[in-house]
Amino acid sequence: MASKPRMKLDKKEAKKGEIVEVKALVSHIMESGQRKDSKGNVIPRKILNKFTCTVNGKLVFSADFQPAVSANPYIQFKFKAVESGPVVLTWIDDDGSKIVGEDKITVI
Amino acid sequence: MTVNFNRRQVLATSIGAVAAANLIGSIGPAAANDSADLIKAFTGGKQAASGKVKIDMPEIAENGNTVPMTVSVDSPMTEQSYVTDVLVVADGNPRGGVVTFHFTPMSGVAEANTRIRLAKSQKIIAVAKMNDGSFHTASKDVKVTIGGCGG
Repeated sequence: MASKPRMKLDKKEAKKGEIVEVKALVSHIMESGQRKDSKGNVIPRKILNKFTCTVNGKLVFSADFQPAVSANPYIQFKFKAVESGPVVLTWIDDDGSKIVGEDKITVI
Repeated sequence: MTVNFNRRQVLATSIGAVAAANLIGSIGPAAANDSADLIKAFTGGKQAASGKVKIDMPEIAENGNTVPMTVSVDSPMTEQSYVTDVLVVADGNPRGGVVTFHFTPMSGVAEANTRIRLAKSQKIIAVAKMNDGSFHTASKDVKVTIGGCGG
C-alpha cells in the first residue's frame, strides 16, 4: 500500500514572497469503517488521518482527514516561498505507517 | 476490492437506512449527525459570523464518492492576522466530520482543495478560526445523485 505519492509544485523557482501551489495525490483505499462486507461484518476503518507539509523543515500546512475524504485522497494548497529547501509531504495512516513525498523549492 | 453489493442487498440496506432515519426523526429533533456538536466543540460555543469563507463545490455532484471541494478564506495571512484552522462538516453523512485544514502565516493564502464523500444531498458547512479568536462560517447545499458511502 505504501505507494509513492504523486506531487507537483507549480514552479521550481520562486521569488521571495511568491505563492507556490502544491498538488498531491496518493493512492489509498480510505476505508471509511461504515461499509459492510457480504457477510454483514463491518470492514474496519483504515484511512490516512493526517497530512502535513513542511518547507525547509517548517510546517506550512496540515490537515486532519476524516472518513469522508475520498479514496486516493487529493490535496491542493499553497504556501509562501520564503527560503529554499525541501518540500516534504507526509501522510499518516491509521496503522501508524507513513507515506512521504519530497520535492524542492528554490527561492531566487 | 473484495466488496460486492448486489442489487438486492443495496436495496435492502437502503430501505433499512430510510426506516431507521424515519424512526430517529420521529423521536428527536432533526439533528442528522454529530456535525452541530463538532462545530460547537470547534468554536467553543462562540457564534461564528457569516462571510469571509467561501466553499467552492459543484451544486450537483453526480458521484458522491468523490466531490471536489475548495475552501478559501479571505485573510491577509500575515503574522498579525491569519486563519489558523478551517473545519469542514457535512450534515447528511453518517458522521459529520469531513476534514480540518490547519494554516500558518507561511501558507500565504488560506485556500485548500480536496475531494470528499457525500452520502446524499446535504449541506456542507465550513467554519474558519482566525488567530484573534474570531470565527467565520459559510455553507453550501450540494445535490448528490449517487451516494458515496458504500451503501
